[in-house]
Amino acid sequence: MDEIDKHLINTLQHGFPICASPYQQVATQLGLTEQALLDRLKALLANGTLTRFGPLYHAERMGGALTLAAVKAPEQRYDEITTIINSFTEVAHNYARSHELNMWFVLATETPEQIQQTLSSIAQKTGLTVYNMPKITEYFVNLKLEA
Amino acid sequence: MLDDIDRNIIQATQAGLPLTPQPYQAIADQLGLTAEQVMQRLSVMQNNGIIRRIGAVPNHYKLGYRFNGMTVWNIPDQFIDELGQKVGQLEFVSHCYHRPRNLPSWPYNLFAMVHGKTQQAADQQIQQITDLLGEHNLGCDVLYSTKILKKTGFRTGNPAGNRLCLD
Repeated sequence: MDEIDKHLINTLQHGFPICASPYQQVATQLGLTEQALLDRLKALLANGTLTRFGPLYHAERMGGALTLAAVKAPEQRYDEITTIINSFTEVAHNYARSHELNMWFVLATETPEQIQQTLSSIAQKTGLTVYNMPKITEYFVNLKLEA
Repeated sequence: MLDDIDRNIIQATQAGLPLTPQPYQAIADQLGLTAEQVMQRLSVMQNNGIIRRIGAVPNHYKLGYRFNGMTVWNIPDQFIDELGQKVGQLEFVSHCYHRPRNLPSWPYNLFAMVHGKTQQAADQQIQQITDLLGEHNLGCDVLYSTKILKKTGFRTGNPAGNRLCLD
Protein backbone atom coordinates (compact mmCIF):
# COMPACT_ATOMS: atom_id res chain seq x y z
CA MET A 1 0.00 0.00 0.00
CA ASP A 2 1.65 3.23 -1.15
CA GLU A 3 0.71 6.88 -0.66
CA ILE A 4 -1.60 6.82 -3.68
CA ASP A 5 -3.47 3.81 -2.26
CA LYS A 6 -3.83 5.62 1.07
CA HIS A 7 -5.21 8.69 -0.62
CA LEU A 8 -7.57 6.52 -2.64
CA ILE A 9 -8.83 4.66 0.45
CA ASN A 10 -9.36 7.89 2.37
CA THR A 11 -11.24 9.45 -0.52
CA LEU A 12 -13.45 6.45 -1.25
CA GLN A 13 -14.51 6.08 2.38
CA HIS A 14 -16.28 9.42 2.10
CA GLY A 15 -18.59 8.48 -0.72
CA PHE A 16 -18.78 7.85 -4.42
CA PRO A 17 -20.55 9.84 -7.15
CA ILE A 18 -23.68 8.71 -8.87
CA CYS A 19 -23.02 9.72 -12.49
CA ALA A 20 -22.32 8.05 -15.84
CA SER A 21 -18.53 7.72 -15.34
CA PRO A 22 -17.93 7.93 -11.58
CA TYR A 23 -14.51 6.27 -11.63
CA GLN A 24 -13.31 8.84 -14.16
CA GLN A 25 -14.55 11.63 -11.90
CA VAL A 26 -12.77 10.24 -8.83
CA ALA A 27 -9.63 9.42 -10.84
CA THR A 28 -9.38 13.02 -12.02
CA GLN A 29 -9.73 14.20 -8.44
CA LEU A 30 -6.90 11.85 -7.39
CA GLY A 31 -4.66 12.65 -10.36
CA LEU A 32 -4.93 9.13 -11.74
CA THR A 33 -6.18 7.64 -14.96
CA GLU A 34 -9.51 5.84 -14.78
CA GLN A 35 -7.79 2.52 -15.54
CA ALA A 36 -5.17 3.07 -12.81
CA LEU A 37 -7.92 3.76 -10.27
CA LEU A 38 -9.82 0.61 -11.27
CA ASP A 39 -6.65 -1.49 -11.15
CA ARG A 40 -5.73 -0.21 -7.69
CA LEU A 41 -9.26 -0.71 -6.40
CA LYS A 42 -9.31 -4.29 -7.69
CA ALA A 43 -5.95 -4.99 -6.04
CA LEU A 44 -7.03 -3.52 -2.68
CA LEU A 45 -10.18 -5.67 -2.71
CA ALA A 46 -8.25 -8.77 -3.80
CA ASN A 47 -5.68 -8.49 -1.00
CA GLY A 48 -8.30 -7.74 1.64
CA THR A 49 -7.27 -4.17 2.45
CA LEU A 50 -10.82 -3.23 1.50
CA THR A 51 -13.57 -5.63 2.54
CA ARG A 52 -16.23 -4.01 0.35
CA PHE A 53 -16.80 -1.34 -2.21
CA GLY A 54 -20.35 -0.33 -3.00
CA PRO A 55 -23.60 0.80 -1.39
CA LEU A 56 -23.88 0.25 2.37
CA TYR A 57 -27.48 -0.45 3.26
CA HIS A 58 -29.39 0.47 6.41
CA ALA A 59 -30.93 -2.82 7.56
CA GLU A 60 -33.82 -1.50 9.61
CA ARG A 61 -34.90 0.95 6.93
CA MET A 62 -35.17 -1.96 4.54
CA GLY A 63 -37.55 -3.73 6.90
CA GLY A 64 -34.95 -5.98 8.47
CA ALA A 65 -33.79 -6.18 12.06
CA LEU A 66 -30.43 -6.24 13.81
CA THR A 67 -29.21 -6.94 17.27
CA LEU A 68 -25.94 -7.30 19.15
CA ALA A 69 -25.68 -10.34 21.40
CA ALA A 70 -23.00 -11.98 23.51
CA VAL A 71 -22.24 -15.23 25.31
CA LYS A 72 -19.78 -16.41 27.93
CA ALA A 73 -18.16 -19.30 26.05
CA PRO A 74 -16.12 -21.62 28.29
CA GLU A 75 -12.52 -21.74 27.01
CA GLN A 76 -12.58 -25.50 26.40
CA ARG A 77 -15.76 -25.16 24.30
CA TYR A 78 -14.75 -21.97 22.47
CA ASP A 79 -14.20 -23.54 19.04
CA GLU A 80 -17.36 -25.61 19.28
CA ILE A 81 -19.43 -22.57 20.28
CA THR A 82 -17.87 -20.57 17.44
CA THR A 83 -18.87 -23.25 14.94
CA ILE A 84 -22.44 -23.41 16.26
CA ILE A 85 -22.96 -19.65 16.26
CA ASN A 86 -21.29 -19.08 12.89
CA SER A 87 -23.47 -21.79 11.35
CA PHE A 88 -26.50 -19.49 11.65
CA THR A 89 -26.92 -17.53 8.42
CA GLU A 90 -28.50 -14.80 10.55
CA VAL A 91 -25.12 -14.16 12.21
CA ALA A 92 -23.50 -11.42 10.11
CA HIS A 93 -20.46 -10.65 12.29
CA ASN A 94 -18.87 -12.50 15.18
CA TYR A 95 -15.92 -11.25 17.21
CA ALA A 96 -13.84 -12.76 19.99
CA ARG A 97 -13.43 -10.13 22.71
CA SER A 98 -11.35 -9.94 25.85
CA HIS A 99 -13.97 -10.17 28.61
CA GLU A 100 -15.98 -12.74 30.55
CA LEU A 101 -18.54 -12.17 27.79
CA ASN A 102 -16.02 -13.35 25.23
CA MET A 103 -18.02 -13.81 22.04
CA TRP A 104 -20.03 -10.96 20.50
CA PHE A 105 -22.12 -11.31 17.40
CA VAL A 106 -24.50 -9.29 15.27
CA LEU A 107 -27.72 -10.90 14.10
CA ALA A 108 -29.40 -9.59 10.97
CA THR A 109 -32.79 -10.97 10.02
CA GLU A 110 -35.48 -10.22 7.49
CA THR A 111 -38.08 -9.51 10.18
CA PRO A 112 -37.93 -8.41 13.83
CA GLU A 113 -39.66 -11.63 14.93
CA GLN A 114 -36.80 -13.73 13.63
CA ILE A 115 -34.35 -12.08 16.02
CA GLN A 116 -35.95 -13.68 19.07
CA GLN A 117 -36.35 -17.03 17.32
CA THR A 118 -32.67 -17.08 16.36
CA LEU A 119 -31.52 -16.07 19.84
CA SER A 120 -33.63 -18.86 21.37
CA SER A 121 -32.20 -21.33 18.93
CA ILE A 122 -28.63 -20.25 19.70
CA ALA A 123 -29.30 -20.56 23.44
CA GLN A 124 -30.72 -24.04 22.93
CA LYS A 125 -27.91 -25.32 20.70
CA THR A 126 -25.08 -23.90 22.81
CA GLY A 127 -26.67 -24.38 26.23
CA LEU A 128 -25.47 -20.87 27.09
CA THR A 129 -27.27 -17.77 28.28
CA VAL A 130 -27.46 -15.31 25.38
CA TYR A 131 -27.23 -11.64 26.35
CA ASN A 132 -29.35 -9.62 23.92
CA MET A 133 -28.42 -5.95 23.50
CA PRO A 134 -30.51 -4.47 20.69
CA LYS A 135 -29.86 -0.80 20.07
CA ILE A 136 -32.25 1.57 21.78
CA THR A 137 -30.84 4.68 20.11
CA GLU A 138 -28.22 5.09 17.40
CA TYR A 139 -26.19 8.25 18.06
CA PHE A 140 -23.62 7.80 15.32
CA VAL A 141 -22.55 5.24 12.73
CA ASN A 142 -19.82 5.95 10.25
CA LEU A 143 -16.73 3.88 10.11
CA LYS A 144 -13.97 5.88 8.46
CA LEU A 145 -10.39 5.00 9.26
CA GLU A 146 -7.58 7.08 7.90
CA ALA A 147 -5.18 4.93 5.91
CA MET B 1 -41.40 1.77 0.43
CA LEU B 2 -39.07 -0.36 -1.69
CA ASP B 3 -40.47 -1.81 -4.89
CA ASP B 4 -39.22 -4.69 -7.03
CA ILE B 5 -36.94 -2.45 -9.08
CA ASP B 6 -35.26 -1.17 -5.91
CA ARG B 7 -34.92 -4.71 -4.60
CA ASN B 8 -33.38 -5.88 -7.88
CA ILE B 9 -30.87 -3.04 -7.75
CA ILE B 10 -30.05 -3.87 -4.13
CA GLN B 11 -29.57 -7.50 -5.08
CA ALA B 12 -27.39 -6.60 -8.06
CA THR B 13 -25.11 -4.45 -5.87
CA GLN B 14 -24.89 -6.90 -2.95
CA ALA B 15 -21.33 -7.86 -3.73
CA GLY B 16 -20.36 -4.29 -4.56
CA LEU B 17 -20.38 -1.95 -7.52
CA PRO B 18 -19.07 -3.30 -10.83
CA LEU B 19 -15.44 -2.28 -11.35
CA THR B 20 -16.01 -1.11 -14.90
CA PRO B 21 -15.94 2.45 -16.25
CA GLN B 22 -19.76 2.75 -16.36
CA PRO B 23 -20.87 0.76 -13.29
CA TYR B 24 -24.46 2.02 -13.24
CA GLN B 25 -24.85 1.20 -16.94
CA ALA B 26 -23.55 -2.29 -16.18
CA ILE B 27 -26.19 -2.77 -13.46
CA ALA B 28 -28.85 -1.40 -15.81
CA ASP B 29 -27.85 -3.82 -18.58
CA GLN B 30 -28.08 -6.71 -16.16
CA LEU B 31 -31.60 -5.71 -15.00
CA GLY B 32 -33.09 -4.46 -18.27
CA LEU B 33 -33.21 -0.87 -17.02
CA THR B 34 -31.58 2.35 -18.18
CA ALA B 35 -28.55 3.79 -16.41
CA GLU B 36 -30.65 6.87 -15.62
CA GLN B 37 -33.21 4.69 -13.82
CA VAL B 38 -30.51 2.96 -11.78
CA MET B 39 -28.87 6.26 -10.82
CA GLN B 40 -32.20 7.84 -9.92
CA ARG B 41 -33.17 4.89 -7.69
CA LEU B 42 -29.78 4.86 -5.97
CA SER B 43 -29.99 8.63 -5.38
CA VAL B 44 -33.43 8.31 -3.81
CA MET B 45 -32.30 5.43 -1.59
CA GLN B 46 -29.26 7.42 -0.54
CA ASN B 47 -31.34 10.52 0.21
CA ASN B 48 -33.83 8.64 2.36
CA GLY B 49 -31.13 6.76 4.24
CA ILE B 50 -31.74 3.24 2.93
CA ILE B 51 -28.23 3.55 1.56
CA ARG B 52 -26.01 5.00 4.29
CA ARG B 53 -23.35 5.80 1.71
CA ILE B 54 -21.66 4.39 -1.37
CA GLY B 55 -18.03 3.79 -0.70
CA ALA B 56 -15.15 1.66 0.48
CA VAL B 57 -14.98 -0.29 3.74
CA PRO B 58 -11.44 -0.98 4.92
CA ASN B 59 -10.25 -3.91 7.00
CA HIS B 60 -9.16 -2.25 10.28
CA TYR B 61 -6.23 -4.56 10.77
CA LYS B 62 -4.87 -4.12 7.24
CA LEU B 63 -4.71 -0.36 7.80
CA GLY B 64 -2.74 -0.94 10.98
CA TYR B 65 -5.62 -0.42 13.45
CA ARG B 66 -4.84 -3.30 15.79
CA PHE B 67 -6.53 -1.89 18.89
CA ASN B 68 -10.25 -1.95 18.16
CA GLY B 69 -12.06 -1.44 21.41
CA MET B 70 -15.72 -1.60 22.25
CA THR B 71 -15.89 0.88 25.10
CA VAL B 72 -18.92 0.44 27.35
CA TRP B 73 -20.19 2.84 29.99
CA ASN B 74 -22.79 2.90 32.74
CA ILE B 75 -24.59 6.22 32.37
CA PRO B 76 -27.67 7.31 34.35
CA ASP B 77 -30.70 7.01 32.07
CA GLN B 78 -31.60 10.68 32.36
CA PHE B 79 -28.24 11.70 30.81
CA ILE B 80 -27.81 8.95 28.22
CA ASP B 81 -29.17 10.79 25.16
CA GLU B 82 -27.30 14.03 25.81
CA LEU B 83 -24.02 12.24 26.49
CA GLY B 84 -24.52 9.65 23.75
CA GLN B 85 -24.83 12.45 21.19
CA LYS B 86 -21.65 14.08 22.46
CA VAL B 87 -19.63 10.85 22.46
CA GLY B 88 -20.93 10.03 18.97
CA GLN B 89 -19.60 13.36 17.74
CA LEU B 90 -16.01 12.63 18.80
CA GLU B 91 -14.15 12.27 15.52
CA PHE B 92 -12.52 8.96 16.44
CA VAL B 93 -15.75 7.17 17.44
CA SER B 94 -17.06 5.01 14.57
CA HIS B 95 -20.24 3.67 16.16
CA CYS B 96 -22.15 4.91 19.22
CA TYR B 97 -25.33 3.35 20.61
CA HIS B 98 -27.60 3.25 23.63
CA ARG B 99 -28.20 -0.43 24.42
CA PRO B 100 -29.99 -2.10 27.37
CA ARG B 101 -28.19 -3.15 30.55
CA ASN B 102 -28.30 -6.85 31.42
CA LEU B 103 -28.24 -6.66 35.21
CA PRO B 104 -26.64 -7.81 37.40
CA SER B 105 -23.67 -8.87 35.30
CA TRP B 106 -23.78 -6.17 32.60
CA PRO B 107 -24.43 -2.65 33.94
CA TYR B 108 -23.32 -0.80 30.77
CA ASN B 109 -25.78 1.06 28.54
CA LEU B 110 -23.58 3.26 26.30
CA PHE B 111 -21.43 1.60 23.63
CA ALA B 112 -18.77 3.45 21.59
CA MET B 113 -16.25 1.86 19.22
CA VAL B 114 -12.72 3.26 19.13
CA HIS B 115 -9.81 2.32 16.85
CA GLY B 116 -6.11 2.85 17.50
CA LYS B 117 -2.91 1.86 15.76
CA THR B 118 -1.25 1.64 19.16
CA GLN B 119 -2.44 0.89 22.67
CA GLN B 120 -1.45 4.42 23.59
CA ALA B 121 -3.65 5.90 20.85
CA ALA B 122 -6.62 3.83 22.00
CA ASP B 123 -5.95 4.80 25.64
CA GLN B 124 -5.95 8.49 24.71
CA GLN B 125 -9.30 8.13 22.98
CA ILE B 126 -10.75 6.32 25.99
CA GLN B 127 -9.41 9.07 28.24
CA GLN B 128 -11.16 11.71 26.11
CA ILE B 129 -14.48 9.87 26.49
CA THR B 130 -13.84 9.54 30.23
CA ASP B 131 -13.21 13.29 30.48
CA LEU B 132 -16.33 14.09 28.49
CA LEU B 133 -18.58 11.89 30.63
CA GLY B 134 -17.16 13.23 33.88
CA GLU B 135 -19.21 12.50 36.99
CA HIS B 136 -21.95 10.75 34.97
CA ASN B 137 -19.64 7.82 34.28
CA LEU B 138 -20.66 5.25 36.89
CA GLY B 139 -18.38 2.54 35.52
CA CYS B 140 -16.79 1.44 32.30
CA ASP B 141 -14.95 -1.35 30.54
CA VAL B 142 -13.16 -1.80 27.21
CA LEU B 143 -13.51 -5.02 25.24
CA TYR B 144 -10.86 -5.36 22.56
CA SER B 145 -11.56 -7.65 19.65
CA THR B 146 -8.99 -10.42 19.60
CA LYS B 147 -10.21 -12.23 16.49
CA ILE B 148 -12.76 -11.85 13.71
CA LEU B 149 -14.71 -15.11 13.91
CA LYS B 150 -17.11 -14.23 11.08
CA LYS B 151 -17.75 -11.23 8.88
CA THR B 152 -20.36 -11.28 6.16
CA GLY B 153 -23.22 -9.06 5.12
CA PHE B 154 -26.85 -9.61 5.99
CA ARG B 155 -29.70 -11.21 4.16
CA THR B 156 -32.66 -9.35 2.71
CA GLY B 157 -36.19 -10.55 2.26
CA ASN B 158 -35.80 -11.77 -1.28
CA PRO B 159 -35.91 -15.39 -2.35
CA ALA B 160 -32.29 -15.42 -3.45
CA GLY B 161 -31.28 -14.85 0.16
CA ASN B 162 -28.54 -12.51 -0.91
CA ARG B 163 -26.19 -10.80 1.50
CA LEU B 164 -25.60 -7.09 1.66
CA CYS B 165 -22.98 -4.70 2.84
CA LEU B 166 -23.26 -3.63 6.46
CA ASP B 167 -21.43 -0.66 7.80
